[in-house]
Amino acid sequence: MEQLLALPIVRSFLPQGRKEIHLGDRLFYLSLKSLSVLIILSLCALVYLLWGMATPAFAKFGWGFFTTSTWNPVTEAFGSLAFIYGTVVSSLLGLLIATPVSIAVALFLNEVAPRPVGTVLGFMVEMLAAIPSVVFGIWGVFSLAPWVRATLQPAIQSYAGWLPIFQGPPYGVGMFTAGIILAIMITPTISSICREVFRTIPFTVREGALALGGTKWEMMKMAILDSSRSGIFGATVLGLGRAFGETMAVTMVIGNRPQISASLFAPAQTMASIIANEYAEASSDMHHSALAAVGLALFLVSLLFNGGARFVLWRTDRKFRSRA
Amino acid sequence: MKNLFLLFALSFASPSVFAATQLNGAGATFPFPLYSKWFDEYRKVKPEVTVNYNSIGSGGGIKALLEGTVDFGASDAPMNEEEMKKSKSPVVHVPTVLGADVISYNLPEVTKRLRLSGDVIADIYLGKITKWNDPRIVAMNKGVTMPDKDILVAYRSDGSGTTYIFTDYLSKVSAEWKEKVGTGKSVSWPVGIAGKGNEGVAGLIKQSEGSLGYVELIYAASNKLTYADIKNKAGEFVSATPETVTASAAGALKSMPSDFRVSITNAEGKKSYPISSFTYLLVPSTLAKEHGKEIVDLLHWVISPSAQKMAGPLEYAPLPSGLVSKVKAKVGSIKVE
Repeated sequence: MEQLLALPIVRSFLPQGRKEIHLGDRLFYLSLKSLSVLIILSLCALVYLLWGMATPAFAKFGWGFFTTSTWNPVTEAFGSLAFIYGTVVSSLLGLLIATPVSIAVALFLNEVAPRPVGTVLGFMVEMLAAIPSVVFGIWGVFSLAPWVRATLQPAIQSYAGWLPIFQGPPYGVGMFTAGIILAIMITPTISSICREVFRTIPFTVREGALALGGTKWEMMKMAILDSSRSGIFGATVLGLGRAFGETMAVTMVIGNRPQISASLFAPAQTMASIIANEYAEASSDMHHSALAAVGLALFLVSLLFNGGARFVLWRTDRKFRSRA
Repeated sequence: MKNLFLLFALSFASPSVFAATQLNGAGATFPFPLYSKWFDEYRKVKPEVTVNYNSIGSGGGIKALLEGTVDFGASDAPMNEEEMKKSKSPVVHVPTVLGADVISYNLPEVTKRLRLSGDVIADIYLGKITKWNDPRIVAMNKGVTMPDKDILVAYRSDGSGTTYIFTDYLSKVSAEWKEKVGTGKSVSWPVGIAGKGNEGVAGLIKQSEGSLGYVELIYAASNKLTYADIKNKAGEFVSATPETVTASAAGALKSMPSDFRVSITNAEGKKSYPISSFTYLLVPSTLAKEHGKEIVDLLHWVISPSAQKMAGPLEYAPLPSGLVSKVKAKVGSIKVE
């Protein structure tokens, strides 16, 4: 009871000077607490289960599992480096395309477009997130991939073909196409969070910027973008999380070759897609175990990126505060 | 009005007039269109039995059978030794129909049906033949002008029985393939790009000129893909049709082991299409009293002429008659206790 009373939030509910707590409050507190613990427990259970399933693979391959990129179910030689590379690069590529677009979309909808237009368009952008990923995948296979092969890749190669990242024969499917699909899929996430962030900035700040003689663009840059930096960063991290886990749409357009290639147009393979492709029909125990280990690797990579992002956010936040 | 009410009440009551039995099966997706037709028709033969089939994939079917969550499993590839060891009682493999892989390609300038042989296909998939006008391809396609184009190799990204049959065939016709790649539902491919499912591979082929890939015969036939004639063991070039696929099972009859766990790729016989395979229903060799007789009856019906003749119109190849009697004896040996 004393412990409970020590919590500021609990005390704030109590009438001035009252020391005892009603049974109802206590039950409410306990139920909330047990629900939050449940979330943490289920996460721990998931990691424990994955770890248990992956142990045979780790025992056999050790650190080599993360540093080699052979994947041969027939000889049971497994290494996940190519998948880690595929997941990270395709997601970052998606993020690179999606972030500027999402910020521009959010600025346009919030600051430029007339309110009714903004509401309707904003609704449509959010509808993008409701489309099942297999639909994106089919569209990717039948529309986007042919366009990349016939139009985009030759165009890029005629200007920047000397760069190793743009070389190679045109397949249509590959890392680049996967990046574009991912960009489209994470744009609604990033742009809707950016809109919420921009909304938190008081109108007086905008008016102040305009009153100082700033143009509309200067107002957006000074009053909105600069002060929302950490919010935008947070939005991109959420987008990245979605890109890491995306399975079906990526599988259908990435070409599914476990290789690390300098070219972005070459086929690749991601962690989520190898699991989706092979888990159902994996016939040996080691194959199952290796796929579970890939799942664990995906979990660790997401954790690493999310943790890293939090750290960066914390650092910049502190810097801003000390400057203020 | 009263009659109407009676009719209404009866329509609900009628299933309970029979002692309804539900059999549950799960497994391969490849025979699913045929199985759903079969199990639907079976209700006319035995109205008291309903068969519920989940097409979750061969691997899932084997797992479900081993865990005892289904009455029967279904798989395109026979169970391997590791899987057989996990089973409490030996698993009987009942071949039901046959399927085949075809080699589909996209060469708009070639109007005549292409001819390919096993060793050439293996070398294409090994990355040793990279051009359509390779002398070895030209030699078996006399009178066809082969274009000077790169071959874009396509394969299945998801683990599948289709891949198993194809790699099994390549392992038989090419020692180098057997040594470097081997046989499996997923393998490490030396060259090429991958699509998910038959539709993924077909999509890659449709969109890229100069591409080549393997898909199921049924999928290729129903989607009007172009596919090559393949040279069989007897040296004849054969098109994939239900007849030639059945012929390959007939060709393999002489060397058929008693448990039917055998690959019939590259089979003997002039008419045999070489990339063919069985698909199986899997049941334990000893069945529990409950449902046991119903399962055996179902298996007998599945290999009976009335069920087998439904296969052809759906592009599945029926079992050759020489084999049916052997399978019948095997089904008869299943114990119910």
